[in-house]
Amino acid sequence: MSVLGQIGQWFDRRLQLAAPIREVAEHPVPRNTASWFYVFGSAALTVFLLQLATGILLALIYVPSASEAWSSLQALNHDVTLGWFIRAMHGWGSNFMVAIVLIHMVQVFLFGAYKFPRELTWIVGVFLLLMTLGMAFSGQVLRFDQDAYWGLGIGASIASRVPIAGPAIVKLMLGGPIIAGATLSRFFALHVFVIPGMLIGFVAIHLLMVVKLGINEWPMPGRIVKRATYENEYHQLTRRDGAPFVPYAVWKDMFFAAFILLAVGACALYFGPFGPTGRPDPTVIQTAPKPDYFFLWLYGLLSYLPPAMETPALLIGPVVVIAFLVLLPFLSGEGEKSWRRRPIAVLTVLLIAIILGTLTHLAGYTPWSPHMNAWSGNPVPEQFLHGTTALQRQGALVFQAKQCRNCHSLGNLGGERGPALDSVAVRLTQDQLIRQVIQGGGNMPAYGKNLSPAETTALVAFLETLHPRTQAPARDASRDMVLREEKD
Amino acid sequence: MPNENSISRRGLFMKLGILFNGLVASALAVPILRFLASSITRGSGGAYLSWVPLGRVSEFPEGETRLATFRNPYVTPTDGKTVDTACWVRRVEGEQFQVFAINCAHLGCPVRWFPQSGLFMCPCHGGAYYQDGSRASGPPERGLFEYPHKVENGLITIQAGELPTPGSPTAALFGNKPPCGARNELVSIESKLSTCNETSALPRKTNT
Repeated sequence: MSVLGQIGQWFDRRLQLAAPIREVAEHPVPRNTASWFYVFGSAALTVFLLQLATGILLALIYVPSASEAWSSLQALNHDVTLGWFIRAMHGWGSNFMVAIVLIHMVQVFLFGAYKFPRELTWIVGVFLLLMTLGMAFSGQVLRFDQDAYWGLGIGASIASRVPIAGPAIVKLMLGGPIIAGATLSRFFALHVFVIPGMLIGFVAIHLLMVVKLGINEWPMPGRIVKRATYENEYHQLTRRDGAPFVPYAVWKDMFFAAFILLAVGACALYFGPFGPTGRPDPTVIQTAPKPDYFFLWLYGLLSYLPPAMETPALLIGPVVVIAFLVLLPFLSGEGEKSWRRRPIAVLTVLLIAIILGTLTHLAGYTPWSPHMNAWSGNPVPEQFLHGTTALQRQGALVFQAKQCRNCHSLGNLGGERGPALDSVAVRLTQDQLIRQVIQGGGNMPAYGKNLSPAETTALVAFLETLHPRTQAPARDASRDMVLREEKD
Repeated sequence: MPNENSISRRGLFMKLGILFNGLVASALAVPILRFLASSITRGSGGAYLSWVPLGRVSEFPEGETRLATFRNPYVTPTDGKTVDTACWVRRVEGEQFQVFAINCAHLGCPVRWFPQSGLFMCPCHGGAYYQDGSRASGPPERGLFEYPHKVENGLITIQAGELPTPGSPTAALFGNKPPCGARNELVSIESKLSTCNETSALPRKTNT
């Protein structure tokens, strides 16, 4: 026996791990699960390990103190050799991890893998998703910049809406009365000790169950899961058509994991690290905070919910969603696994993907927010001023000076909070324009107190010119009648 | 021979061992939980709040709204710049003031004042407020949070110390939904709370 072999034996006599490891590696898996669809779980684990490694490296330099965190990130970006690259790997790693965990979940759902006897594997997976999102949020806080500061404010505002316990939850979350040093310290503890510790434990349980219960077989339409017979059928399948996990299936996992690591590295190299944006100084208010991409959909949702719906939706929504995910394997623990025979499951996934995708897309350019600088930065396009009277031009000035432009666009420039006004005169008569400007309504503030009668007259005169050349402005037909009668 | 109901010596000791550990664990849980909850208990009864000067009355022109900053009264050594807080001070006329929190009543983003249109606008979700802090449009359910304030010896002073959030007691005190209590009363938190409860159905008093 070689020296190496002897050393190996010496260790194994004491550790006694070789047999169980061999058993795990060689456990038979159904042949058709050696598929590119089955690589997302191991890819998620690989990215998690990458996050652990890069996280430890960042902790060598990072200072979890509200007064120094931002400067230590700057040092990582600019002073420490390749500090920017490690930060970029960790940042892109987190994006990839959220994405891969979600893809893994969708695949598992569509392949019916949550059904008997893998209910608990699914439930543990749901908690792994929540922990991944918890890591993503707390990680964003550790990048202690303006976005992190105001993001914490948003988190506190949401938490404060819990009935009775809200204020106490906020103080517990912030570690004091305001977002300050203690807040960062406790999010550091969460991000570095509490959640990763739980993640490691839950990942271990998740993997143990995958090995003990066997990987979900490729779903065949018409092959129905029944509690009484499933385990027997599965064992027959692996005996009849099984192959050892190593090396039969594992090579695809390895290739995909390496590919994902390469992709994270490429993104890190090409796009660089995330932020930090401006210093976390609450007296600098010229900022439009935005969450990282995995929470953009929520940011978008919060601007579209009607005010009265918001608190119930924020407090009850997550409970319902999590309860549904946890209860799912009990609601449909048997039956068809194949997505070909589960149209509602497929449509649900598509619907959720479209909703999340749309909200994320909208949150990318926030059409609901006023463009704070449009009134001074985007002049009224020339074509709207050709052939106008002095009064109408005065109105255009009022239109700019009173910041109407922050919410209303002209010629595709300006805010999108309110409707574009390029052809408003076709939609509203003079009287309606005056009423809308003075009284507001339909989500528009009332400007009655901020416009003199002269300014209102000029503004409405300008607005009345906003119609296509080929289309006449709206007018009140009854008014014509009255005017004609007066003439007669 | 012990029968099935009797307990062996070792079994008894094991149970006593569990009991002993349980007692020690619950004794240790007391300081641990008190430590964890200290950020809540420390501020009970408004202990985080104090009166903070914003500046001389003369620094704020009548009829205008200006940004002011103050240092949060509760400071720890590692807070850095985060204890510096901004607020909007509106001097209506004479010694009549309104001091608004910078935080939007929706989700706490910093609102900006636009004197030309007389509106506060929020960059996050498009909330807008009139110059007196009342809600103009957008997702906020209520008007801007207002700090209680007083004018003494030519100084404008506000009662601050907690992050104003939609559910915080400070939010309930200072301009609730519907806004409650008179604006310029110099009252303590407790009496203001009771005023709020009694008059919560009253319509908002406008200052314009």
